[in-house]
Amino acid sequence: MDLKIIVLAKQVPDTRNVGKDAMKADGTVNRAALPAIFNPEDLNALEQALRIKDQHPGSSIILLTMGPGRAAEIIREGLFRGADGGYLLTDRAFAGADTLATSYALSMAIKKMGHFDLIIAGRQAIDGDTAQVGPQVAEKLGIAQITYVEEIISIADNKIRAKRRLEKGIEIVEGSMPLLLTINASAPECRPRNAKLVMKYKHARTVTEKQNEDTDYLSLYSSRPYLDLPEWSVIDVKADVAICGLSGSPTKVKKIENVVFQAKESKTLSNSDSDIEELMIELITNHTIG
Amino acid sequence: MNNLFVYLEIENGKVEEVSLELLTKGRSLANTLKCKLEAVALGFKLENIAPQVLPYGVDTLHIFDEQALFPYTSLPHTAILVKLFEAQKPQIALMGATSIGRDLGPRVSSALGSGLTADCTSLEIGDHEEKKANKTYKNLLYQIRPAFGGNIVATIINPDCRPQMATVREGVMKKEILDNDYKGEIINYKVSEYVCATDFVIKIIERHVEKSKINIKGASILVAGGYGIGSKENFKLLHDLANTLGAEVGASRAAVDAGYTEHERQIGQTGITVRPKLYIACGISGQIQHIAGMQESSMIIAINNDASAPINSVADYVINGDVATVIPKMIKYYKKNSK
Repeated sequence: MDLKIIVLAKQVPDTRNVGKDAMKADGTVNRAALPAIFNPEDLNALEQALRIKDQHPGSSIILLTMGPGRAAEIIREGLFRGADGGYLLTDRAFAGADTLATSYALSMAIKKMGHFDLIIAGRQAIDGDTAQVGPQVAEKLGIAQITYVEEIISIADNKIRAKRRLEKGIEIVEGSMPLLLTINASAPECRPRNAKLVMKYKHARTVTEKQNEDTDYLSLYSSRPYLDLPEWSVIDVKADVAICGLSGSPTKVKKIENVVFQAKESKTLSNSDSDIEELMIELITNHTIG
Repeated sequence: MNNLFVYLEIENGKVEEVSLELLTKGRSLANTLKCKLEAVALGFKLENIAPQVLPYGVDTLHIFDEQALFPYTSLPHTAILVKLFEAQKPQIALMGATSIGRDLGPRVSSALGSGLTADCTSLEIGDHEEKKANKTYKNLLYQIRPAFGGNIVATIINPDCRPQMATVREGVMKKEILDNDYKGEIINYKVSEYVCATDFVIKIIERHVEKSKINIKGASILVAGGYGIGSKENFKLLHDLANTLGAEVGASRAAVDAGYTEHERQIGQTGITVRPKLYIACGISGQIQHIAGMQESSMIIAINNDASAPINSVADYVINGDVATVIPKMIKYYKKNSK
């Protein structure tokens, strides 16, 4: 059984290393000031797609991402690990989108991509932690979803059986394709880059990237069409500009505050026996412990 | 019309804590807005839901009782909420930031074209002035949430689209009964008028609900470890202290990410919010998102080597020293003096 799989991926600022210039005055994220990485759970999603392809070798895996021009980096990263292709949805009109406007744009791109059996995405992205875009895309496409997937147990007769990891236990569910799955971080990690694929795809570029590069490799593209990474704009996916980007987002950021806590007057103790014994006696006496 | 709705999460006829917490918050917001608080119950054998929720000040309880609605699956619950909301036009809809609320909320918001804010840590009512359009919006829901790994707090609003939707994690809001004799209206619906056969494409084959043995939220004393603990083995020391004091062991996100302990123990905005009587922070530097999830503890003791660790600023006692030295001494002197 050969499946057409779309993997939704996002390039995210590495929020584990946030500096002072992380936010712009309008409350949106200043991505340029942060290292950009492949969203970790989207890599878990890619691995699930690759495992399906291992078992059903005629399957295809196409990445779809929305972001600025440099988000093409994660499409290359996906190609290095075994994806068959990828689309970059990029347009100034998409900028500042909240989850709803993002899911609208992605759903329009998916409609343009044509037939698919499965859409696989990470459960959530580390910059927002919302877990909303996957289900919102599924709703826009009118297909069912299985969220919080830890393992795809079987695929047969157009049906998928999957194990969901929930906060209060597990569920094994079955559904007919087409379906959208979101994958948990508890699923297996993504395989590393494949050296042969790195050689094959290292010059893969979007049109915009080619314009900004040396001409050394330009001759390659006519003989190797797989090195062309397609870029799609609002017009390409026939999206309504009014429901894209900041203007199409029902949620607005009213204000952003840095977090400051009310400092307490604290008493500093040493690690000496007398200090610690005194503290324990005090805690026992005032019934905090015991 | 234009009331505040809370989606009730129900497991085997029992309303989950997070929903009761939301009803409590919902009641106070509804008072500010001078509107009604309404609750929606979807599931099977729901005859005992009303006495569980009406005391929280629920004015209207909408009941959809049908075998196929339990356990939860995405599409039937989405279909019902979408139709109900289209008819009732709530101004606000709240649900738990659980694996159910985070599966359901986005679908409902996508279908209705309304804004949804995940994992709010605070909800308030306030006005908004749109200077460019010279327009003032009255009584919007301020959806306040941490962003960017907890480094900032953002206030999100939905000026134009309704309902204003938000999810909140369990333990963030406080649960409080308003009046045990509160009278609310109960409306029973015919489920078949709200769902169709194609909504049941996902079948649940197996389901194991594991009651977590770890009770972080209910513990009155917490011994929490951070990245500074250094290893899974060293975490045993925290368990020793916890066992001695009758406490539970918690952890920071960094410690969980490093694999030192289970995910269920994570305290902070991305984990569980706690308010114990005593919080002993061991080897925790105090990232903002962690402090936000424990700062309301009655007493905080911080043990670490770093005199400039942010957690020290919210601590009542700071013990300068190595956790591996300090904890055995705490155990020793507790045992010596507790008799």
